[in-house]
Amino acid sequence: MLDTELINRTLSTALTTGGDFAEVFVEDKRSSSAVLDDGRVEELTSGRDRGAGIRVVVGDTTGFAHTADLSEEGLAGAARAAAAAARGGGGGVREVSVSAIDVPRGAPIRISPEEVAKATKVGLLTLANEAARGTGSAITQVSARYGDSRRRIMVANSDGLLAEDDQVRTLFSVNCVATGDTGLQTGRESAGRTVGFELFDETDVEEMARRAAERALTKLNARPAPSGAIPVVVGPGGGGVLFHEACGHGLEADLIAKSASVFANRVGEKVAADCVTLIDDGTMAGEWGHFAIDDEGRPAGHNVLIKDGVLTDYMWDYLRARKEGRVGGGNGRRQSYQHLPMVRMTNTYISNGPDDPAAIVADTESGIYVAELGGGQVNTATGDFVFGMTEAYLIENGEITDPVREGNIIGNGPEVLTRIDALGNDFAMGSPGMCGKDGQGVPVGDGTPTLRVESLTVGGTAA
Amino acid sequence: MSELLDIATRVAGWADDGEQVEAYVVHERETEVRAYEGEIESLSSAESQGIGVRVVVDGKQGYAYAGTLDEDALAETLNEARDNAVFAESDEFNGVAEPDGVSPAVLELFDERLASCSTDDKVALAIELERATRAADPRISGIESAEYIDTIYESAVATSTGIASVTRESGCYVSTYALADENGETQTGFGFSLGRQPGELDVTAAAADAAQRATRLLGAVKPPTARLTVVLDPWVTAQLLGIIGHTLTGEAVLKGRSLFADRMGEDVAMSAITLVDDATNPDAFTASMVDGEGLATRRTELIADGVLQGFMHNSYSGRRSGAASTGSAVRGGFKGAPGAGAQALALAPGSQTQAQLIAGIDDGFLVQDVAGLHSGVNPVSGDFSTGAEGLLIRNGELAEPIREVTIASTLQRLLHDVQAIGSDLEWLPMNAAGVSLVVADVTMSGG
Repeated sequence: MLDTELINRTLSTALTTGGDFAEVFVEDKRSSSAVLDDGRVEELTSGRDRGAGIRVVVGDTTGFAHTADLSEEGLAGAARAAAAAARGGGGGVREVSVSAIDVPRGAPIRISPEEVAKATKVGLLTLANEAARGTGSAITQVSARYGDSRRRIMVANSDGLLAEDDQVRTLFSVNCVATGDTGLQTGRESAGRTVGFELFDETDVEEMARRAAERALTKLNARPAPSGAIPVVVGPGGGGVLFHEACGHGLEADLIAKSASVFANRVGEKVAADCVTLIDDGTMAGEWGHFAIDDEGRPAGHNVLIKDGVLTDYMWDYLRARKEGRVGGGNGRRQSYQHLPMVRMTNTYISNGPDDPAAIVADTESGIYVAELGGGQVNTATGDFVFGMTEAYLIENGEITDPVREGNIIGNGPEVLTRIDALGNDFAMGSPGMCGKDGQGVPVGDGTPTLRVESLTVGGTAA
Repeated sequence: MSELLDIATRVAGWADDGEQVEAYVVHERETEVRAYEGEIESLSSAESQGIGVRVVVDGKQGYAYAGTLDEDALAETLNEARDNAVFAESDEFNGVAEPDGVSPAVLELFDERLASCSTDDKVALAIELERATRAADPRISGIESAEYIDTIYESAVATSTGIASVTRESGCYVSTYALADENGETQTGFGFSLGRQPGELDVTAAAADAAQRATRLLGAVKPPTARLTVVLDPWVTAQLLGIIGHTLTGEAVLKGRSLFADRMGEDVAMSAITLVDDATNPDAFTASMVDGEGLATRRTELIADGVLQGFMHNSYSGRRSGAASTGSAVRGGFKGAPGAGAQALALAPGSQTQAQLIAGIDDGFLVQDVAGLHSGVNPVSGDFSTGAEGLLIRNGELAEPIREVTIASTLQRLLHDVQAIGSDLEWLPMNAAGVSLVVADVTMSGG
């Protein structure tokens, strides 16, 4: 994306105030989307965002500046601004020479979305709309969204690293509103992968639309959710959100360093039930949280965080790993060139357990079955976390019965991990998610088999 | 400043016959300082700019953007928006805003003192904030973040229909997130202070708030499930109003996504509820003279004495519903077309302080903070369920802290179950003002 000599000169400029470390992150991102709502294709949007972020580290202080001007002059200006912000003592010229690292890459994109006609993309929206409305007259509103992005990045730093990546993601979602005697209900379904337009070879948008519509229709008959602490069975796929919140964030090394996590100083300890093995894996080709290199230029990693219930490691960014004298695990990510990287998850999942999923439900006298989770939130310092149930049912005498209305479920991470008393053998990845941290959003994936938590607090209104 | 308007006007002027063009141009300068253990953890200073272009032709709308104002990018962006419009479907109500003769309120939203404040002074504020937070209470054991952030935001909207507006705003805040420790238990609390320029920031108060919020939760227990009266802290009420705001937009109503759709003129809330959106209020941190389509902002009464009075419209929803724009077009930056939404919501305050409200409650829960409003509240169905923490209220006094509970109801019921509104109205860094709110008969799920 940029000439190697220009990068070397920019890094040297960034180090003129005596920085310990300098980095140039270059990004060129194109996005396009199309939205259908209220029965018609409402709008297509497309855009381009390109620029570089430069950071300089002196001791524990980071200086950062960014620019949309990728000329030598623009980069030098940003490099000087970042150097001034880092407030080094100054002095001397330091030569930098970067060279490209070898990075394992997943399968190439088969159909570049940039090459697909807009009319074809719009056609998917129309199909989804008709399929959703075809499920019945109670479906009173449908919106569908198609989106694709191509993000080319280049990272170079004063340690000599140079790496590039070309990340293509494609996303499709459908939202339905059903109207009945009890008011309005909603249903959503989404599919997103780090692939090109071939997403639609494996994803049937009409089928997705029907599932979204069925979800809304089902909830028209929903009863108020129970309130209080009860057993909760989470279906395959969606439960990843639970782990993302219950312990994922708490295992990010930046929060650990500030003792802002209940999991600080606990490596080697038993933190979860024996059946729990938690992995964060950016190498899973095609998954929503996949990439070849992270936003600090490190190859994506397969990082085992909890093994058979024992905490084995945290997730690391490059700078923290460098300080600790270890290799960065490929978890340094940022929303765009305008942001500093942080420790972030990629694809986070629980591997299969021993149990038959049907037996897990049959074994549950009474409780809640959560088929689809919404987002969540965690306070890593206390471990308290919530996640939404967007499709859930009562379990009565070992059987899934009536649907219940939406709400949050709340728990405490360290407690919940030890209370997982059944884990199925039906692993699946969940829906594509956007994870927010300190105001930055990045795409993340997650997955689990069916699992049961002996007790979680369900935030409904029924006694 | 007029440079942005020049660019916007020029692009809008490239409209062909029978075509409408709107150009939205922004320029932003931002400084962000994070302090940790008495040092600068990070210092970012950045300038960014961009343009978003909307084209409407034969009732079809297209949009494109670029994160640069380079000359060749302007024409390219317009052409891309034109091409996008070709593939959309026609809607007779589509169109950019038309001048409506309403003059914008004259507001002082830019303070030169922010522009002239040195980086050293900003750094000093962040470091003092961190120090003051640590010093505020011996039980403060750490800081998750302590930061100073400011922004100078300039934007211009011009259309081929004759709109040409420009605004410049300055804003800054300090915010701190403290960890309190006692007997191996950790609790957290935040504090912040807002202003148009750094001289308005109260670092000491922000630090004290964070420390108080964190330390008063120490020893928190998980209570049994109960139905009780809750007092929502202003911080919580403001977030609730933001959600209710979504349901009161013309867009939600027209598209059948609002639980208030057919309720105009009906009782939708308890009689003391009067809810207004008014971005012309200079006290609002989100005050602005013009909306996202360049029309003057104005005061819109949504609920008066419990009766539904109106919705917030942008020019599209205004035209389609036979009303007019209420100057409520909002944009999330230059990368998308404007929607309709609240800009500065506020409830009419009551007469009692939070302490006086609490004194009247035998058995209740002061909700200090909530978690998961995005995952447990459905503004279409009205289902409302959120994680909560705070203090129990017993016989008119604050009692023990509680955590890991949820509170649940529906938006419809919540509005009718309001018992009293506090006098403690305060503007917060969001599109709504906070005020203490007493709500009866809420389910609290606990152990």
